[in-house]
Amino acid sequence: MRLSQLRGALERGEVSSRGLVETALCKAEECEDLNAFITMNPDAALSAADQADSERAQGQVRSPLHGIPVAIKDNICTKGLRTTCASRFLDNFVPTYDATAVQKLREAGAIIFGKTNCDEFAMGSSNENSAYGPVLNPLNPSCVPGGSSGGSAAAVAAGIVPLSLGSDTGGSVRQPASLCGVVGVKPSYGRVSRNGLVAFGSSLDQIGTFAADVEGAAALLEVIAGPDPLDSTCSNRATEPWSQQRDPQDAPIRIGLPKEYTSVLDDEAKAALLAPLEAMDGVQLVEISLAHTEFAIATYYVLGSAEASANLARYDGIRYGVRVQEAGADLEETYIASRSQGFGAEVKRRIMLGTFALSAGYYDAYYNKACAARRAIGADFKQAFEQVDLIASLTAPSTAFPLGSKTADPLSMYLSDIFTVPVSLAGLPALSLPGQLAKDGLPWGLQVIAPPWREDRMFGFASRLEAKLVEQGRSQA
Amino acid sequence: MNAPDITQNPKWEAVIGLEVHAQLRTKSKLFCACPTTFGSAPNHQCCPVCTGMPGSLPVINQGAVDLAIRLGLAIGAEVHDRSIFARKNYFYPDLPNGYQISQFDRPLCTGGGVWIEGKEFPRRWIRMTRIHMENDAGKSSHGEDGHSLVDLNRSGMPLCEIVSEPDLRSPAEAMAYMKALRSILRYTEVSDGNMEEGSFRCDANISVRPRGETRLGTKTELKNMNSFRFVGQALNYEIERHIKVLEAGGKIQQDTRLWDTRKQVSVFMRGKEDAHDYRYFPEPDLLPLEVSSERIDRIRGQLPELADARAQRYQQDYGLPAYDAGVLTAEKALALYFETAVAALKGGSDQLKALSNWIMGDVLRRCKDEGLEVSAIPLAPQRLVQLINLIDDDIISGKIAKKVFDAIWDEDHDPMQLIEERGWKQVSDTGAIDEVISKVLGAHPKEVEQFRGGKVKLKGFFVGQVMREMRGQGNPKLVNQRLNALLDGAD
Repeated sequence: MRLSQLRGALERGEVSSRGLVETALCKAEECEDLNAFITMNPDAALSAADQADSERAQGQVRSPLHGIPVAIKDNICTKGLRTTCASRFLDNFVPTYDATAVQKLREAGAIIFGKTNCDEFAMGSSNENSAYGPVLNPLNPSCVPGGSSGGSAAAVAAGIVPLSLGSDTGGSVRQPASLCGVVGVKPSYGRVSRNGLVAFGSSLDQIGTFAADVEGAAALLEVIAGPDPLDSTCSNRATEPWSQQRDPQDAPIRIGLPKEYTSVLDDEAKAALLAPLEAMDGVQLVEISLAHTEFAIATYYVLGSAEASANLARYDGIRYGVRVQEAGADLEETYIASRSQGFGAEVKRRIMLGTFALSAGYYDAYYNKACAARRAIGADFKQAFEQVDLIASLTAPSTAFPLGSKTADPLSMYLSDIFTVPVSLAGLPALSLPGQLAKDGLPWGLQVIAPPWREDRMFGFASRLEAKLVEQGRSQA
Repeated sequence: MNAPDITQNPKWEAVIGLEVHAQLRTKSKLFCACPTTFGSAPNHQCCPVCTGMPGSLPVINQGAVDLAIRLGLAIGAEVHDRSIFARKNYFYPDLPNGYQISQFDRPLCTGGGVWIEGKEFPRRWIRMTRIHMENDAGKSSHGEDGHSLVDLNRSGMPLCEIVSEPDLRSPAEAMAYMKALRSILRYTEVSDGNMEEGSFRCDANISVRPRGETRLGTKTELKNMNSFRFVGQALNYEIERHIKVLEAGGKIQQDTRLWDTRKQVSVFMRGKEDAHDYRYFPEPDLLPLEVSSERIDRIRGQLPELADARAQRYQQDYGLPAYDAGVLTAEKALALYFETAVAALKGGSDQLKALSNWIMGDVLRRCKDEGLEVSAIPLAPQRLVQLINLIDDDIISGKIAKKVFDAIWDEDHDPMQLIEERGWKQVSDTGAIDEVISKVLGAHPKEVEQFRGGKVKLKGFFVGQVMREMRGQGNPKLVNQRLNALLDGAD
């Protein structure tokens, strides 16, 4: 379900916004087994649709997203609409304010359709860490949708909604997009305000977009990007018409292929990456080196967890969320009981990891070392972009994997973000778009990585690559 | 303070360093737009940011940064062009985020110092370690029933922490330091320095060592001293406690202690082994704080002359004693009052000293009696100068002047007009004076005889009688002169 088609239908009066929302509600019910949503918002969504319709009838169209239902990952605050972060801890939490991205969507006339399932506090790569149960992959319900934004990816892949918001800290938009066969965009760090995005790793977190095609994901990003006085780390750069960005089919462009990434791929995976690129005119493939890649996962889990350990300290049961207080329990016992029962295993693991990495005596060996590694990884990319215009890779080392296959082994789970994490550490824009289908019938995801703030270049090439893939019929390699 | 003066102790020397928290005088909190006004209903002055709601982000209040820079410049500190906010992690119900946003290894200001002066010790320079910015926590109240209440109105209030080197040697010096610091905070309008409302708070690090020793002894940290008086009491107590332990052959434990104002003792709060590991790390929600040299220059250009520099100037330019200069400059409002008056003076240095006496005496007495801030003195300084001129011009006597002072303090009057209306004008007419003297001498023939017989002490008696007769309005100089003449043998 492409945004451009829905928009055309709305403009021609073939369908109303109410119609879109009603259809989406039906579809969501049909797909209930996917468990893509934690909280539905039917009444508010229908009345917002009516308003959008009546505005449109009066000739008032706020934006290209006017009257379009958008699903929101449940770690993005929606005023008056429960926001759980897929955590038992926040099961009853209703925000008093809208995230800036949500507010921009409302102002653009988009319809907040519902809150999607995800890994608890966005920590996970399979959506199996949700207090509300796992999300199933619409392409193969025995497989995971990826994570942490699994619900947002699945909702688009299943055709429930045309667009959704996710968040990406180490690959949480790109990897589920890859596994579900949709487009997922993580913009440059600072492109979208984090105000109202429940923090996990503050120096890495970015809200990202999902859509069935590059144009849709770009159009959604156009609406939510831009300066915000409420987020000091949000750039002053204005939003750009990325959805219109389309390079000519034969424009010369240098695409870097990091040897550290390609060397770990088997032949099938390598072919999935190379075949579409090699079929394009004007594309010069250049082998590059990102020498510090091997440190990326460790660096990410030190820094992301360190920040998370502080970011999640506010969940103490004092002001909101779960408070577990046995009779006669003192303050510390109440903290321990509330946090022990409120948080799931992965969240606890990362809080412990981060607390340890920041502890006196270990700070230099872990936190400081990780900061140095992060700078080295950033420098690798900077150097690479002196030789190439964009970098391409697979988004994830595998297609969607069966539920439960990695839950017992956190490290192998962490490795499913091996190609996305370095990009997050460097704060670069990147997207994943569906590539060829693998032997298992599930899509590979292709990642396009751009220099900082060069979303324009990224979208221009991605839409051209997408056209090539469509032309090739996304056939099996 | 009745405690023995530690600086006179032949065996032991006390070493004190202070950490002062001053609330910056901004309209809004440090990281959100909530107002800083005092006294709202609990939890009515907060927003998602200062209550630690999920997804909320801090945004630095640049006005608070300006104030902290101003303080840094006022104490001669180096203001760094780049400083870093850091998270200080600990759990407490009134700390909504589970961390305080402070500055750690890269504070806004380092170095600088203040002069302290007092009766008990010579003028000394106290070095500063650093000034950094941080947000305040909320306020917990612990009820009798075991329940606690949290008020987050104060959460996010803008603070600067001012850390001294361990240069202070006695409680008296510590109090002088705090007064000097508060004076600077008020002069610069960086903070209102109000201890009662919690906008000026102090923790102390105290150690004791044998006199002559250069290494520091084991320190204890003392918290919860929320008035100048308590600081003095608490430090005295803690120093005595250290000495007692050391003299008994014991060792000081590196504890954090609380001052119990009721029992007048310091009580154990936590030991070194329980010290928090705050796990400081750079605050990822804020960019490094960059301060341009233009900004620093602009703020430097707005700095007022401070108390110490003023006091030095008063001594040099006005020839005032150090004591007078100290009193007159302790508060900016009083110094400005004095300077406005000086500008209206027409006489020389005698008048300056007279003016100083009037301000230190009657003006401050009335302020104290009425609980007035010196910024609220009702008597215009020009009026006070008029009064001094009237004395110098022999229009009124010093005694009448006191009456005039009280009258023009209570109600704004032109002093000359008032004197005329009330008939308080000094009598300088020798004829009139002679008339009264003759009357007095005539009424006391015995005393006149005794005087002439050599009992010269009786002169005072005659002056008194004449002045009483003249209702205090006789020109004292003339009364004396004429008495001498008439007693000495005009007869």
